[in-house]
Amino acid sequence: MTQIKMHLLVCGGTGCRSSHSEGVSQALNESLTNHGLDAEAKVVTTGCFGFCEKGPIVKVIPDNTFYVQVTPDDAEEIVKEHVLKGRKVQRLLYLDPEREKTVSDDRHMTFYKKQIRIALRNCGFIDPENIDEYIARDGYMALAKCLSEYTPQQVIDIIKKSGLRGRGGGGFPTGLKWEITARVQADQKYVICNADEGDPGAFMDRSILEGDPHSVIEAMAINGYCTGASRGLVYIRAEYPLAIKRLQIAIEQARTYGLLGENIFGTGFHFDIQLRYGAGAFVCGEETALIHSMEGKRGEPTFKPPFPSEHGYMGKPSNVNNVETYANIPVIILKGPAWFASIGTEKSKGTKVFALAGKVNNVGLIEVPMGITLREVIFEIGGGIKAGKEFKAVQTGGPSGGCLTARHLDTPIDYDNLLAAGSMMGSGGMIVMDQDDCMVSIAKFYLEFTVEESCGKCSPCRIGNKRLHEILEKICKGEGTMEDLEKLKNLSQVIKDTSLCGLGQTSPNPVLSTLENFWDEYVEHVVDKKCRAGVCKSLMKYTIDAEACVGCTACARACPVNAISGERKQPHTINPSICIKCGACMEKCKFNAVLLQ
Amino acid sequence: MSQIKSLDDLRKIKEAVQKKIQLREKSIDPEKVIQIKVGMATSGIASGAREVMAFLIEELEKRNIEAVVTQVGDMGYCYAEPTIEVTLPGKEPVVFGNVTTKKADEIIEKYIKNGELIDGILPANYHTI
Ligand SMILES: Cc1cc2nc3c(=O)[nH]c(=O)nc-3n(C[C@H](O)[C@H](O)[C@H](O)COP(=O)(O)O)c2cc1C
Ligand code: SF4
Ligand code: SF4
Ligand code: FES
Ligand code: FES
Repeated sequence: MTQIKMHLLVCGGTGCRSSHSEGVSQALNESLTNHGLDAEAKVVTTGCFGFCEKGPIVKVIPDNTFYVQVTPDDAEEIVKEHVLKGRKVQRLLYLDPEREKTVSDDRHMTFYKKQIRIALRNCGFIDPENIDEYIARDGYMALAKCLSEYTPQQVIDIIKKSGLRGRGGGGFPTGLKWEITARVQADQKYVICNADEGDPGAFMDRSILEGDPHSVIEAMAINGYCTGASRGLVYIRAEYPLAIKRLQIAIEQARTYGLLGENIFGTGFHFDIQLRYGAGAFVCGEETALIHSMEGKRGEPTFKPPFPSEHGYMGKPSNVNNVETYANIPVIILKGPAWFASIGTEKSKGTKVFALAGKVNNVGLIEVPMGITLREVIFEIGGGIKAGKEFKAVQTGGPSGGCLTARHLDTPIDYDNLLAAGSMMGSGGMIVMDQDDCMVSIAKFYLEFTVEESCGKCSPCRIGNKRLHEILEKICKGEGTMEDLEKLKNLSQVIKDTSLCGLGQTSPNPVLSTLENFWDEYVEHVVDKKCRAGVCKSLMKYTIDAEACVGCTACARACPVNAISGERKQPHTINPSICIKCGACMEKCKFNAVLLQ
Repeated sequence: MSQIKSLDDLRKIKEAVQKKIQLREKSIDPEKVIQIKVGMATSGIASGAREVMAFLIEELEKRNIEAVVTQVGDMGYCYAEPTIEVTLPGKEPVVFGNVTTKKADEIIEKYIKNGELIDGILPANYHTI
């Protein structure tokens, strides 16, 4: 029998599938068969590699060749050249944006160099629809070990010692939460996985569920053992069909092996998992709203305490954790809490997955050790700012977070440092901005989202955020006053202090942090009526450069409102009080004399 | 699929399925294991490089030697095809020419197992990535 000497890993994540990676797998398989190579090389569909923007990704093992933007038409060349003759297909290799050189294997890509993959350990490595591949990577070994060698309290102590904190946003110590749920006496308890992931642009949890669903299932079972719960529920948004499908397959396979169900590992422990679907409202990610939504009630938050750990789903103690939090658990059990605690900073252990986006050269999903600096993330992993422009700010924490500036570039990233800097870890959104981004508009964007997503139950959030948004709109239109800036500050504080749930308590953060870090830009908008980034159209003025203007009259004839005057062959001028900023003159001028400032 | 009823059952399944992904495991950190590159350009294939590669993969596994075997394009030694390059962890790469399965066997036994230098080493005249 010939031995398999090559694996062609094709990304089957949502990002790559939307750029037709399934067609690539199919074409590769056909081509291998045609060349009689199907006994030597095997195509494996994996989860996300984190490099979705350049997808579909194909990675060749064992030489770690990383091909980007592969189309089905490229399959034949990969097989004929690479599989058959060992020659890499140069034109499909990743091009390093800075050095303008192709990089032949992913271990030499700066994108991967500083990453440590714990939660994403199996993403882009195993076939998520095949439980055997998970088992080959020590899958379910942690559950077996817990059930046969540790008492529930011992497992809880391991998690406590590891220093793991919740990855869903708040950063609550995970071991402590488990302990609280375990201590409450009840006839029935629940293990809940929060897979709502509502932050705009976030896809960390989706990628984990698509690429390594068993890690979450295994961790939920471990939690069931610790807390005394026999039922698990995953609350997942219906817009994640692929993640849902992979979870369903994984749960089915785990049941067949007896890893879910009755008498697991012959130890008398019962545990099973069901899925619950969310409609995709941001507020339903808040744990009390999530529980109400699962109970078939309106997805509105209620006051805490009581916490779900005491009084949760159906009034029973329920342990709610985020997808990424769970994904860390099996590794912590197997490698030990000391290993995990050796990564990170004093109070934030382990790694965090971020969805790096915005004006960086490499956007994608990354997992980095806590304590890494923003500079390393943006300029090394992210490959620097696009088109050589200047870094301006980075937004973390989504609608609950804030914007950090160049001053913070060397701050180690962890829960406490981000809070101190006026932002937060959040679930892992990270958007990089450059000189072309207007910070007032950014704050406005997030408020727009909050106003849309506020459930409306409490008035500070429902009305207050709307007022904040109105003031921001006014400022962007050039109608703001210094008084408005004071109002923004005061109102923000009131909303934070009086809102019922985490949504309202954090929604003014984008406003407060931009006021704090970009005060000058706000003042420019209200006093000078200027937007330096050129984003707020209302603040822009069309003018004619007298030096460059030859007086051809083309602009004046194009202007629909007759705002331009001037003699033939003399420099023209625009009357700003008539101008409606349509841009027609600028388009018509052949001498680049019309300016927009 | 049969049910897994104990930690031992799980270990047995793991051993049985581990082979499926072994190739991937080794490539995470190829510097830690023995790396072998087989020249696979047209001239290499014609002179039997494919057979040599298959032989190496099979035998290394049988003899329980952890190695990553990759194929590369033309290594620039057409006169001595098939060629293979062997890199022991922490050592400089060494290139062997005119490798037959018999020669490959000798390379495994002498060079790979004991670090003994044997006939057929070519002067290094190229760079691989
Ligand atoms: C408005 C709002 C939205 C939230 N959205 C999510 C979410 O999408 N996913 C999530 O895991 N946690 C979300 N949370 C946090 C949850 O309430 C809860 O703290 C978390 O799921 C606990 O898990 P962890 O300790 O593992 O982070 C949200 C909180 C608020 C206030
Ligand atoms: S922008 Fe439009 S309205 Fe204003 S001067 Fe030019 S053509 Fe006239
Ligand atoms: S088209 Fe240009 S050059 Fe001609 S009058 Fe207008 S601004 Fe001046
Ligand atoms: S979905 Fe393919 S790399 Fe992310
Ligand atoms: S100079 Fe007359 S149209 Fe341009």
